[in-house]
Amino acid sequence: MNNRRLIYLDNNSTTPCDPRVVDAMIPYFYEKHGNAASRSHQFGWEAEDAVDYAREQVAQLIGAEDKEIIFTSGATESNNLAIKGVFEMYAKKGNHIITAETEHKAVLDTCKHLEKVGAEVTYLKVQEDGMVSLTDLEAAMRPTTILVSFMWANNETGVIQDMKGIADICEKHGVLFHSDATQAVGKIPTLAREIGVHLMSFTAHKMYGPKGVGALYVSRKNPRVKVTAQMDGGGHERGMRSGTLNVPGIVGFGKAAEIARLEMAQDAERLSKMRDRLQAELTQLEETKVNGNENSRMPHVTNISFKHVEGEGLMMTFNQSIAVSSGSACTSASLEPSYVLVGMGLGDDLAHSSIRFSLGRFTSDEEIDEAIKLVANGVNHMRELSPIWEMYKDGVDLTKIEWAAH
Amino acid sequence: MAYSEKLLDHFKNPRNVGSLNKDSKTVGTGLVGAPECGDVMRLQIEVDEAGLISDAKFKTFGCGSAIASSSLATEWLKGKSLDEAAKIDNMDIVEELALPPVKIHCSVLAEDAIKAAIKDYQEKNGIPVSAELVSAH
Repeated sequence: MNNRRLIYLDNNSTTPCDPRVVDAMIPYFYEKHGNAASRSHQFGWEAEDAVDYAREQVAQLIGAEDKEIIFTSGATESNNLAIKGVFEMYAKKGNHIITAETEHKAVLDTCKHLEKVGAEVTYLKVQEDGMVSLTDLEAAMRPTTILVSFMWANNETGVIQDMKGIADICEKHGVLFHSDATQAVGKIPTLAREIGVHLMSFTAHKMYGPKGVGALYVSRKNPRVKVTAQMDGGGHERGMRSGTLNVPGIVGFGKAAEIARLEMAQDAERLSKMRDRLQAELTQLEETKVNGNENSRMPHVTNISFKHVEGEGLMMTFNQSIAVSSGSACTSASLEPSYVLVGMGLGDDLAHSSIRFSLGRFTSDEEIDEAIKLVANGVNHMRELSPIWEMYKDGVDLTKIEWAAH
Repeated sequence: MAYSEKLLDHFKNPRNVGSLNKDSKTVGTGLVGAPECGDVMRLQIEVDEAGLISDAKFKTFGCGSAIASSSLATEWLKGKSLDEAAKIDNMDIVEELALPPVKIHCSVLAEDAIKAAIKDYQEKNGIPVSAELVSAH
């Protein structure tokens, strides 16, 4: 192993814990180890107090009341609880759900599951810039529509949806609005009630908190929303999510939320400058394309396609030094290019050529300098190896070649 | 996913990168894969008067395993007769580079590229295409 610290530009997959978060959590593993549901002794009271405090911290971050926060194991569980819970609770009202093709799998696969048990789901196409068209949303509304679910910000591109515009349409039709806000909470303002979001999923580990703890915001007034529990048991979390509370995790989540609320603006400003510099330098290379709406985008994210270079191969040129993600085939278990980028109308070839850079609270200017250098070298190296780059340079029209697909 | 030393070596120091004159009668070119699939390999062989492969070059758009597979293939091709070259099996590449199961398709592509290059050379020179290559693309 080399001793040099790997440059971490993959903060959209997870963030490191802030040391202040870990410090807050530690006592709850040891001397304050109680079960928040134990009502008969000091240990339990202490744990319950800690959870109550964290609930306030989390609620404050999203402009909600503490009773509107249900702790879960993470955003995937929150998404499942929100969508399945609404579908079951409001079955008498209708069975139609509207979402988008570029949502996270935790939303899409939940919807697919519900389709097997009677739901009708509209998966809206997004526009080329990754935004949902409000006209399309309006047109997709039916009398039986009970839920609209769109992510606040996309994990791959950082594109931020027009949340207010969507919320207004939902309001007009009297339909509940759920948002998977995993990538947005703690990084940009996500005031659920003010915007008109009725249910909102998010998680601690994308905002410098621990893994394994998340939350679902469920509006308690105007409208008062209820979800059917998906986990039965001891009736924790007002009956909506049974299971002993992850007290240390929740304490850490609370602390992370408090830090985020206080430091969000300065973090965003600093990171957007670094992100802009990284993007400006890398797009100096020939034939690059920034994916997603640059005017409505998370401050710390950029997704760039380097034409005629395959993303996974490119990453291999620098993955001893930089950690990023690619929208290309072989990076994950599946051999498909990113469905998010393809859903935005990007060709499979460009999707295979894309790299996502996501900066974080601990990213430094020096790391950005180093990343610019290494990525640019990698792109140049891979292009020297690339037959399609050579053809492109020779003026061959790549679309006219009869490729032998395999 | 940990890659073998050999694979990383071929990726970092690819052998025989480049192009041969595709219009030359002594050169056979194989171009396989598609940009949409995330892999394109171009493999070229130069055949001498004795019918032996005197030079081999490649360029590959693809992941590390695809690049290493084609680099290795060019090394193996040099000095072989066309019949010997046609017998290179993708599983030999898998074994040599210790390719993980999800990367076996890269070795298949390299085998296809070899066969396509031989076929191109044979067709150009009016030599009957080896039976095992007829179905290859």
